[in-house]
Amino acid sequence: MSILTDTIAAVCLLLGAYFSFSAGMGVVRFDNLLSRLHVVAKPQVLGLLLLLTGVAIRLQDRGSATMLLLVAIFQLMTSPVAAHMVGRAGLRTGKVDPAVLRADDSDGAGPGLER
Amino acid sequence: MMTVVGVVATVLLAAGALLAVVRMERGPTMLDRTVAFDVLTTALVGAIAVEAALSRRTESVPILVVLSLVGFVGSVTIARFAAVEPPKDDRTQNTRSDPPGEPADRSGNPDAEREEAR
Repeated sequence: MSILTDTIAAVCLLLGAYFSFSAGMGVVRFDNLLSRLHVVAKPQVLGLLLLLTGVAIRLQDRGSATMLLLVAIFQLMTSPVAAHMVGRAGLRTGKVDPAVLRADDSDGAGPGLER
Repeated sequence: MMTVVGVVATVLLAAGALLAVVRMERGPTMLDRTVAFDVLTTALVGAIAVEAALSRRTESVPILVVLSLVGFVGSVTIARFAAVEPPKDDRTQNTRSDPPGEPADRSGNPDAEREEAR
């Protein structure tokens, strides 16, 4: 039982650390703001959730599992909001090149236009 | 086994945090630095999580809650700040960059306004 749970926790921890590393790699390698935003909003959160799952499996403590669940829920709630606000600020202040957008749903809320 | 897992996970997280710092130094705009800061904060949360998992200590778990809160507040604050700031920058740059282009108009207008005021 202990070996099984430790193995699952180890796999979760390694996968989570790998996703965090890939987020760092993507933040350096991607060439525009929205691509970097994608890396922060998705692989990073998945990596953190895997890490928290690994910790919860390894600790096997009800109180800390509740707190880890709180962190996971909070991360899932705040990460889209933060990414949205950064992306909107970038669009409004002209830091997003319209050429990189595949579909532009901003209704022309481009550089300099405050709404 | 857990020691090896801990070493590998810590090295991966440290490399991710280092890459985030590289982007934070290099990033052309403030929003890029905000994004990199977000990655750095989350890597820090992950590192503390790995530490808690390895040592089986539950005292480090509340730190995760606080850190995720702080990271969110930081990103949103900088995003709001960046959303408001650049139009003001443009205006000040325009008023500063106008005078060399049209020195006659600018030196003439304030004097005329002052004479009218007098």
